Amino acid sequence: MAKLQKDELEGIIQRHRESSRDWIAVGMGSCGLAAGADAVYRALVDGARERGLEIDVRRTGCLGACHAEPLVEVQVEGVPKTLYGHVSAEWVDLILDSHVQLKRVVSRLAVPEIAERLTTCNDREQPEPGRQYKIVTRNCGAIDPESLEEYIASGGYQALRRCLSELSPDQVISEVELSGLRGRGGAGFPTGVKWRLTREAQGAEKFVVCNGDEGDPGAYMDRSVLEGDPFSVIEGMTIAAYAIGASEGFLYIRAEYPLAVARIESAIRSAKLAGLLGKNILGSDFSLNLEVRLGAGAFVCGEETALIASIEGKRGTPRPRPPYPSVSGLWGGPTCINNVETLANLPPILSKGADWFRSIGTEKSPGTKVFALTGKVRRPGLVEIPMGTPLRTVVEEIGGGPLPGRKIKAVQTGGPSGGVIPANLLDTPVTYEDLAALGSMMGSGGMIVMDDQDSIVDITRFYLGFCVEESCGKCAPCRIGGRQMLTILERLSEGRGTPEDLEQLRQISKTMKAASLCGLGKSAPNPVLSTLRYFPEEYERAIAPAKANA
Amino acid sequence: MARTAARTVRAKLNGIEVVVPEGTTILEAAEKVHLKIPTLCKHPDLPPTAACGICIVRVKGTNQMPRACCTPLEEGMEIQTHDPEIVEIRRKVLELILSKHPNECLTCGRNGTCELQRLASDFGIRQQSLPSIVPDLPKDESTRTIVLEPRKCIACGRCLTVCQELQNVWALSFLERGIDTRMAPAGDILLADSPCISCGQCSAHCPTGAIFEYDETERAWELLRDPELHCVVQIAPAVRVAIGEAFGYPPGTNLTGKLYAALRYMGFDTVFDTNFGADVTIMEEGTEFVKRFQDNQGELPLITSCCPAWVDFMEKYHSDMIDHFSTTKSPHEIVGVLTKTYYCERKGLDPAKVRVVSIMPCTAKKYEIQRSDDMFASGYQDVDLSLTTRELARMIKQAGIDFSSLPEGECDPMLGLYTGAGTIFGTSGGVLEAALRTAHKLLTGEEFDALEFQPARGLDGVKEGKLTILGREVRVAVAHGMGHVEDVLDRVRAAKENGDEPAYHMIEVMACPGGCIGGGGQPYGITDALRLQRAKGLYTDDREREFRRSHENPYVQALYSSFLGKPLSEKAHRLLHNSYKPKPTYRR
Amino acid sequence: MAEKDLSADVALAVRKWQKKRGALIMVLHEIQGRLGYVPREIALELSKQMNVPLARIYEVLTFYNFFELEPPAKYVISGCMGTACYLKGTPGILQEFSRLLGIEVGQTTPDGRFSLTTVRCVGCCGQAPVVLINGEVHSKVSPQDVPHLLAQCKD
Repeated sequence: MAKLQKDELEGIIQRHRESSRDWIAVGMGSCGLAAGADAVYRALVDGARERGLEIDVRRTGCLGACHAEPLVEVQVEGVPKTLYGHVSAEWVDLILDSHVQLKRVVSRLAVPEIAERLTTCNDREQPEPGRQYKIVTRNCGAIDPESLEEYIASGGYQALRRCLSELSPDQVISEVELSGLRGRGGAGFPTGVKWRLTREAQGAEKFVVCNGDEGDPGAYMDRSVLEGDPFSVIEGMTIAAYAIGASEGFLYIRAEYPLAVARIESAIRSAKLAGLLGKNILGSDFSLNLEVRLGAGAFVCGEETALIASIEGKRGTPRPRPPYPSVSGLWGGPTCINNVETLANLPPILSKGADWFRSIGTEKSPGTKVFALTGKVRRPGLVEIPMGTPLRTVVEEIGGGPLPGRKIKAVQTGGPSGGVIPANLLDTPVTYEDLAALGSMMGSGGMIVMDDQDSIVDITRFYLGFCVEESCGKCAPCRIGGRQMLTILERLSEGRGTPEDLEQLRQISKTMKAASLCGLGKSAPNPVLSTLRYFPEEYERAIAPAKANA
Repeated sequence: MARTAARTVRAKLNGIEVVVPEGTTILEAAEKVHLKIPTLCKHPDLPPTAACGICIVRVKGTNQMPRACCTPLEEGMEIQTHDPEIVEIRRKVLELILSKHPNECLTCGRNGTCELQRLASDFGIRQQSLPSIVPDLPKDESTRTIVLEPRKCIACGRCLTVCQELQNVWALSFLERGIDTRMAPAGDILLADSPCISCGQCSAHCPTGAIFEYDETERAWELLRDPELHCVVQIAPAVRVAIGEAFGYPPGTNLTGKLYAALRYMGFDTVFDTNFGADVTIMEEGTEFVKRFQDNQGELPLITSCCPAWVDFMEKYHSDMIDHFSTTKSPHEIVGVLTKTYYCERKGLDPAKVRVVSIMPCTAKKYEIQRSDDMFASGYQDVDLSLTTRELARMIKQAGIDFSSLPEGECDPMLGLYTGAGTIFGTSGGVLEAALRTAHKLLTGEEFDALEFQPARGLDGVKEGKLTILGREVRVAVAHGMGHVEDVLDRVRAAKENGDEPAYHMIEVMACPGGCIGGGGQPYGITDALRLQRAKGLYTDDREREFRRSHENPYVQALYSSFLGKPLSEKAHRLLHNSYKPKPTYRR
Repeated sequence: MAEKDLSADVALAVRKWQKKRGALIMVLHEIQGRLGYVPREIALELSKQMNVPLARIYEVLTFYNFFELEPPAKYVISGCMGTACYLKGTPGILQEFSRLLGIEVGQTTPDGRFSLTTVRCVGCCGQAPVVLINGEVHSKVSPQDVPHLLAQCKD
């Protein structure tokens, strides 16, 4: 694609609409590939060719219904659009013969319970109760992530065009402030405020950084967006760079996400060729260069100052704040670090407007949140819901509830920095404030369902073990406190606890929360404190009987 | 930390109002109102690493607990530095650190001076409620100058700041992460195989016994015990103004006389003074300078070579500068070789039965005395043993000497009487000053009236000066702290490449910030204030000397007239000069 | 490893990242991508070519989990220890691998064919539990699948 001028975007949308024809989309995110989607895709391509069918077999990103992978969506004129799940190469013939040629849906393969709960902000302006409402993941599973044209055809780059031709950087920041968007990486810091601070900071060089170091075990929202809709992240970064005055940016992506890295690198190349990155974007004065930098297996590098150290080629250890990255970050320059999900929210906000965004979710937590709903639930996968949706809706209605014969014990949110919500509190609305009030947190979006067969003490040990492994080791409270707490938890897991253990856990927790240098250490005790609060009986049972009676 | 002196900040600490310049940390501000916030990883000489978490304070009315050592005080802030809860948290942090630290105080070299020990004492730690998780890591004595005991390391990060950022040597690093984090030489090799230059700054800043000088006091006692041996001792300039700190004296107090007395009490047969060696160094090096400057024989600038850590650094990292180095040995080596030749001849002693011990502010001297064959020019090892100031302090205490009540003693003047030029060797800029005093005389035949050459003095990392001799401009520079030397050398190289006049004619380099008075073997607690106080002690000594120029030293004159002939004579070359060769940065 | 090849390998990686700041980690990724690990000779060569102290290189190599200092086994088996996979049974799968291979997690078989490790969340939680063999993802694995997975690792 040659360098685009801003008035050429409409033309692409028109062209795309006119040339719409029948298609089959195969979900080829990492989950899909793991389940064998590549074989399904090839079988569909070969099968369609053998039958001489005029149908477009496309690759898309992750639709989010990961439990039912491989997923195949079929759009044929005269037949309602149908989503098929658990598709294997053997079923491909059936789909091609029955659905495409005979125009008869293969009902036993179809998964309407998934399809009808998926609404995106591209089809509807407002969410429906009890259903997902996709803003961040609007394009995942709907477009070919490697096609810039498809991205533009679905409304992409309208936001950037508006910013560059109609709004000043200050106005862009105001709009984001008005929208109330909060950082989706876990801290929930108002994005507009962060942008304003970075814009106002003094520095010859400013940087935008995308935090793609999604390290929470059990969270993969960012991966899906990077794989399934890379252009939206890039557009978001471009808007951010324009707003704060940066001309250089980095996407820091985990090395464990090779597909995401490849998709983003491909998207950067395409965007550059089309004049959407590089010099004079869309014919304006604004220029931006983006580069991918890989992580190397350190969860702590999700923390902003550790991330900065990592990009600088050093050990990923945090620095004391102040100064905050918005004032002094990469190589001393003001740096704005935003999470992938935060960035993917920006194109819709800047094209549909801050008021629209505010109308979704709650007053203090507007918009939606993507969750990775996994664990002991019937339909694990990615779920995007408006803030304020009760947890029960997510787990039972969208997630399908517990596995057969089991009961939900608790839902863990916030990953290793978060806490548990016991089953009796499942009506809690999902907002930053409500979750924090219960001693947990929103976190980056991991949501793990535990049932009556899971041990609370054991999962706490698991999370603490994670923090101990990932501790950078710089500060004593986290480095040593975490290890000492883990030793106690290991004993408790084996039923060899002592009565002093619980008090020791509380004391070390307090110390780590107060004196750790960064968020990892400060929040590592959260699972312990939360589970002690809601499941004290499980801890009591873990204390060795002889010692308990002493 | 940039400070705009114009802007101030008004805040409250424990309800007490304080007004400080913008950028002042909470820790610094607290000192101004006589509040002492406990610290562990913070060293007053170094920027904070923010590692330990002991110095946390509370922002009143919130649950924010920032670290006082690195958080700037902000306008209107209200800080609580102490309350029962804060103290409880600090104590728990300390308990955690202690759980990972071996319980070996009684047999550790830092017993009595350890900062962790002092904190544990201050906090009244009476029990250890946490299991001990001390790692099993080996000791590294490979350099025989500095000993690493990673088991005792509390990961404060000071040694890294010093070795990497200040000294630019990069011998030490943190390997692995989390609970497995450990301090180790680059790539987990032995220290002796690393770029380590033995400057000892790591040991001078380490809060515990994790990095400690290679203690050779036992060997010293053995020598003194042996009735067959004639033991000779010499003291470096920097030692006399710092040893007092181990005995309650104010820093910078000149205790030369007491040292002479103490050393004799300890059993040394002869007491010399390294400052005499310094005077001889100036005779030789001054003459070298004249040859290069006046007679165009040899490279300019002339670079001083009395600092063995600097010599090692140069051989490893800047071997292209070898021809610039003065070939004159360091003062204590000169006293050593002259003891075993000149002194023995005069006194009819068998050099095979003579042992020379030097007391140095320096750990690198332990390496220097066996550096090459040149150090055996007398036919024996010229200096047999080098001890640090800290080791001497321990020996004085072991000997049961009541240092403060000692009457002043005398040295043996043959290789002991010194001039002011010799004594200022111990501070950064002193060698240059001393050299100028004599070079001027050698070049012009007249005494240099600017005895105190101010541009050479002070704590700036690089100091430059100019003077005119015989109508020619002489450009000089002083660098101290290895981190500052690269720039200076690059200027020298640039001038050479462009075919210009040399950027400088003489450069003095000391590896330790402040010069030898800030040496790696000096008493603990170095700060810039301390460096200035110790330096002042030497400058005062200079002013009080009968002779202030090396060439005026009557015993130096006697040495030349009766033994060496003249500077750079064949004998002087054989005994008092050495050579250099490039060394690999990594031996493995 | 021939001296010339070493320098050439490193030079290629270095040249690619020469003009970029903080490129050490990316260069190490390139080298590990090519060789499977980062040998000491390469680290020394890198130190010279990038003018980065060896201490810094090892600080970084040993800090980040990803980098290997020893040559890899022929087949690297990684059980995902993300939360979902953990709950859905990775420990049991690892135990089975351990039993059949005769090694513990973190070890390599004496003949250098297999090594058993853990990896932290590759983001396929919907397909938990997940096992990677030389980077290839196998989903919804059960302990019963282990012999079959091992059989697929042919020389």
